[in-house]
Amino acid sequence: MSIARKPITARIDWPVIFLYLALVTIGISAVYSVEYISFDEPFFDMSKSHMKQLMWLAISLVTGLIIILTDSKFFSSVAYLSYLVGILLLLATFAVGSEVKGSHSFIKFGSFSFQPGELCKIFTALALARFLSAPETNFKTLKDRLIASAIVLVPCLIIIKQNETGLALVYFAFFLAMYREGLPNAILAIGFSTAGIVLATLLVERLPLFIIITVIPILAFWLLWKQIKRNKLIIIIIAGAWLIAVLFSQVLVPYVFKHVFQGYQTERIYSMLGQDVPQEYQKPGTVVKKDADYNVRQSKIAIGSGGLVGKGFMHGTQTKYSFVPEQNTDFVFCGVGEQFGFVGSSFLVLLYVTLLLRIVFIAERQRSLFSRVYAYCVGAILFFHFAINLSMTMGLAPVIGITLPMLSYGGTSLLSFSILLFIMLRLDADRHMLIR
Amino acid sequence: MSETSQTSPRTWVIRILFIAMALILIARLFMLQLVEDKYKVMANDQAIFRKVVYPARGVILDRKGKTLLINNTTFDLAFIPNKVKNLDTTLFCEVMGTDKATFLKTMKKLIVRNGYQRQSIYESSLNGEKNARLQENLYMFEGFELIERNTRTYPLGIGAHIFGYLNEVSPKMLESERFASYRQGDYVGQSGLESKYEEVLRGQRGVEYMVRDVLNRPRDSYKSGTMDTPAIAGKTLELYLDAELQAYGEKLMSGKIGSAIAIDPKTGGILAMVSGPTYDPNMLSGANFGKNFNELSKNYTRPLFNRAILAQYPPGSTFKPLTALIGLDVGVITPAFGYPCGGGYYACGRRIGCTHSGGGHAANLRLAMANSCNSYFCHVFRLTVDAQKWAGGVHEGVQRWHDYLSSFGLGHPLGIDIPGENRGNVPDSNYFDRIYNSHWNSCNMVVVGMGQGEIDMTPLQMANAMCLIANRGYYYIPHFVKSVAGNSKDPVLGKYLEKHEVTHISDTAFGAVIAGMEDVVNKGTGRVAILPGVEVCGKTGTVENYAAIDGQRVKLDNHSVFVCFAPKNDPKIAIAVIVQNSGYGATWAGPIASLMMEKYLNDTIKAPARLALQDKMYKANTVKSYIRTIDSLQRQKDLMRELLRTADKRTQDSVKKQRDTILVKRILRDYYKLNVR
Repeated sequence: MSIARKPITARIDWPVIFLYLALVTIGISAVYSVEYISFDEPFFDMSKSHMKQLMWLAISLVTGLIIILTDSKFFSSVAYLSYLVGILLLLATFAVGSEVKGSHSFIKFGSFSFQPGELCKIFTALALARFLSAPETNFKTLKDRLIASAIVLVPCLIIIKQNETGLALVYFAFFLAMYREGLPNAILAIGFSTAGIVLATLLVERLPLFIIITVIPILAFWLLWKQIKRNKLIIIIIAGAWLIAVLFSQVLVPYVFKHVFQGYQTERIYSMLGQDVPQEYQKPGTVVKKDADYNVRQSKIAIGSGGLVGKGFMHGTQTKYSFVPEQNTDFVFCGVGEQFGFVGSSFLVLLYVTLLLRIVFIAERQRSLFSRVYAYCVGAILFFHFAINLSMTMGLAPVIGITLPMLSYGGTSLLSFSILLFIMLRLDADRHMLIR
Repeated sequence: MSETSQTSPRTWVIRILFIAMALILIARLFMLQLVEDKYKVMANDQAIFRKVVYPARGVILDRKGKTLLINNTTFDLAFIPNKVKNLDTTLFCEVMGTDKATFLKTMKKLIVRNGYQRQSIYESSLNGEKNARLQENLYMFEGFELIERNTRTYPLGIGAHIFGYLNEVSPKMLESERFASYRQGDYVGQSGLESKYEEVLRGQRGVEYMVRDVLNRPRDSYKSGTMDTPAIAGKTLELYLDAELQAYGEKLMSGKIGSAIAIDPKTGGILAMVSGPTYDPNMLSGANFGKNFNELSKNYTRPLFNRAILAQYPPGSTFKPLTALIGLDVGVITPAFGYPCGGGYYACGRRIGCTHSGGGHAANLRLAMANSCNSYFCHVFRLTVDAQKWAGGVHEGVQRWHDYLSSFGLGHPLGIDIPGENRGNVPDSNYFDRIYNSHWNSCNMVVVGMGQGEIDMTPLQMANAMCLIANRGYYYIPHFVKSVAGNSKDPVLGKYLEKHEVTHISDTAFGAVIAGMEDVVNKGTGRVAILPGVEVCGKTGTVENYAAIDGQRVKLDNHSVFVCFAPKNDPKIAIAVIVQNSGYGATWAGPIASLMMEKYLNDTIKAPARLALQDKMYKANTVKSYIRTIDSLQRQKDLMRELLRTADKRTQDSVKKQRDTILVKRILRDYYKLNVR
C-alpha cells in the first residue's frame, strides 16, 4: 500500500485538525469577548480566562504531538490497562476526591485538579474498541453484548454515585458505536423514542403532540409499504408503538404530574427546561421559585436577542455583563448566539456537523475494527455533548451540566477532547494496518 | 475485517441522525432569534437602563440681580414595586435606618397609592450620609433606584408666597393635559412663580441610555450615547421685586395678619408683596417638607394663605377716591362741590355716621377727601347712580358704576403671574335685583360709596387702583417677572406689556382726586405718611367687619387700611397695606406703607421719629385671640362640607363601578361568548 510509505504528516487527516482549531479559536474568542469591556485592556494577562485557555490549548497540542509520535499499536495494547486505571481513579475519588459544587468527582494534585470521569471516557472508548475488535468476540451473542454494555455501564454507575449525572449520561453515547457494530435496531429506536417522547410531552401541548405522534406511523406505513406486504408483523409493531406512545404522552405523563409528583418536583422538572409549569399541573400553595430556571431563561434571552447577525463582537449586553451564569463553561454558546446571531450560530452548528460527518467518514475507511469502533466512540461522545449542550442552552433539554466540546472554558474538558481526537487521528494515519 | 469493506446501512442511519439533530438545532435558533421578539425586549429591559437627566431648574433674580433662590442637588430613593425582587429587608432597613414594621407600612401605603407598575418615591431628599450608604449598597436592592433632584434653597428666606414651592406631581395633576409629559415622582412647581412659570423654569429633561450589569449597576453608555438627548437647563427669571423692600415689608408685617403690596405704577412690576404672617420658604424645600407643610397648614393664622391675592376685604375709605373719580367723570360733581355734613348722612332714613361734624369739613372735594367725610361720598355715590342722564334710572346707574369699577380692575382677577388670584366683588344691578327682588333704590347700597357693604377688593386690586390714579388713567397688570432669560419681550410676558387705559376720564378729574389725596397726607387723616421732600398722596381706611359666630353677627375690630403713591407727579411706587382687626388706618397700615415707601425711595430710614415708628411696628403684635376661635369654627365647617362631599362621591363611585362591571360582563358575553357570572 502506497499510503504506508508516506510520511506521518501526509497521512494525518488535516480537515479534522483544521475544524478542531477553528472551534477552539471560536471558544477562546467567546471567553475573551465576554470578559473584556474594551480592546484597551491588555491581552496578555494570565489572570484572564482566555489566557488560561490558550495555555491549555498549548498543553493539548503538545499532548497531541506526543500521541501522533506514538506507535498506533500502543493504544490497543494499553486499552484494558488504561480502563482499569480509569476505574481505579474513579473509585479513588471517593477516598481522596475533593468536593466541587456538590459533586465528588475531582482529584487534586496541588493547585491542579482534574475529573477522572472525563479521562475515563477515553479509556472506556479504547477498552470498548479493544473488546469488540477481539477475534474471540462475537457481538451477535447476548453474552458479548452484555460484556460490552458492562464495560460502558461500570464507569457510568460510579459517576452517577459521584453525583455527576450529566457526565454519566455521556456514557450512554457508546451505545451508538455499539449500534454500528450490530446492536439491534430496536434498542436504539426505543432509547431515542422514549427520550424524545418524554421531552416532547414536556415541551409540546397535548393535542399537537397527539397529532405528531399519529402522523409518524402513517408516514411509516407509507414508506414501509413493500415490507408490510411481505411481513404483516410490522403493522402490529407500528400500531403497538403508536399505542404505547399515545398512552405514554396522553395518560401516563399527565397522571404522574398530577397525582404522583409534588408541586416542587413538577416545578423543578419544568424549570430545567426554562419553561413555566402548565396551568393544569400547577398545584395550589406551591411557591414558584424563580431562580431555579434562571440559567435557561437568561440563556434564551441572550441567544434570542442576537437576531439575524447579532450585536457584534464584544457588543453583547447580556453576556458581557454576566446575566448568564456559567457563560464561559456550559453556557458558552450564549456569547456566540448573542454576538453573532442566527448566522454565526448556524455556522457553528454546521462546523460541528461537518466534524461529526468527517469522523464517520474516517471511521468507515479503517481497515481494522479497533480503529473503527474507536472512531465511532469519539463521534458518539462529541455528538452527545454537542446535541445536549446546545439543546439545554436553548431550552430543549434539561440543564444537566455538559460542556460544549472545544468551546467551553476548562482545561480538563479541552484536554480530554483533544486526546480523544488525536488518538483517532493517530489510528487513522495507520488506517491501512490491522490493529488489534 | 470482514465488515470493513462493505459499508453498513447503519452508518447512514448515524449520519442522518447527526444531520437531523443539526437541523433541529438550527430550527430552534431560527425560532429564538428570528421569529420571537420577546427575547430582544427582555434583553433590553434587563440590560438597558433609561436614566432621566434632570436639568438645572431656572433661578430667580430680583430687580438688582440679587439671587433669590439657588439650586441644590439631592437624591430621592425611588422604586417600582413589581420590579423589586429578592430584597434583603434586614439590610435595607439597616441602611435606611428604619425598622421592618415602618418599612412595610410605607411600602404598603405607596403601593396602594401608586400601584405596582408605577414608580413611587420611597424617601425623598435623602441626607448626605444615607445617600452615601445607599449609593454603595444600591446594587443589592433590585428595583430601587436613586434619582437626582434639584431642590431650592432661599438664601434670603423671603418671598415664600411669591415663589411657591416644589413637590412631587400629584396623581390628579398627571391627568391634566398640562402635565401629560410628567412621570410619577417628578417634581413640579405647586404654587407661586414656580407653578406659573413651570414650563420656563424646568428646562428640558434629557435621557441617557446606559447598559447595566447583572447587579443592576450602570456600566457604560449604550451605543456610545448616540441615542441620548441632553438636558437643557431652565431659564432665569428676573423679577421687579426689590429684595430689600420685600425683606423690610416682611419684617414690618410680622405679628400681623394682612398684607402689603408695592407696585411700580409705570410698569405694573411688583416691588414687594407681603402676606402676613409668612414663613421661611426653606421650610418647604427638602427633607422636612411633609412635617413643615402639615404644621403650617394647621396653624390658625394660616400662613400658607397668600392674603395679598386671595383675601378680599371691603376697601373702606380707601375706596373714596374711586367714588369721586366716577362722580367727576359722570359729571354729577365738580371739584368745588360741597356737602353740608353735620356729622352724619340722614337722606336714606337711617344715620350713617361721620367722624367730623360741621366746620365745612366737606366744603369741597379736597376737604371732603382730606377729612374722609362719609356723608359726602355716600351722597356722591347716590348722585352718580341716580344721575338724570341714565335713561334706565338707578338700574342703569348701578350698571354704569359697575362698568367703571370693572375697567379699574375690580370684580375680576387682574391676571397676576402667580396662580390662585381671587376676583373680589363689585355688585351690579342684577345682583341687587336678586337680593331685593327688583325693589330697590340707591339708598339700599349707599354705603358702598364709602367702601363698605357689598364691595370687596383684594389687596392687589387696592394697590392696582392706586397705580391707575397715580398714572392718571392707565395701569399694567401687576406682575413679578421683568424678563425671561434676559428677554423682556418674551411671549409668556405678552399680556403684561399691554397698557390698560381708562380713556375717557379727564386729567382734571384725576387732578382733583390726586389733590385731595395729597391733602389726606399733608393735612388730613394720613399725616403719618408725610415724607419730607416727597409729595405723597394717600388715603386711610378703617374697615368695619363682622364674623358669624354661632349664627350671630359679631362685630370685630376694624381692619386698618392704607393706600398711597409717590411722588405725586412722577409716581415711582404705589402701595396698599391692610392689617386685619387692628384699628384705624393711620395707626398700623399707614406707618407700614409709609416706612416701606421711604425705604424704597430713600433707601434708608434715618430720622429718629421714623426709627421709633419702625421699632414700634417691628414689635407690635396685632393678632387678636378670637382669630383662633374663628379659625377653628371655619375648619369645622370645612371639614363637615368635605365629609359630605366625599360621602357623596363615594356613593357615586360605587354606583359607577357597578355599572362598569355590568357593562364589561355584557361585552365579554356578547362579543367573546364567554360565560361570565
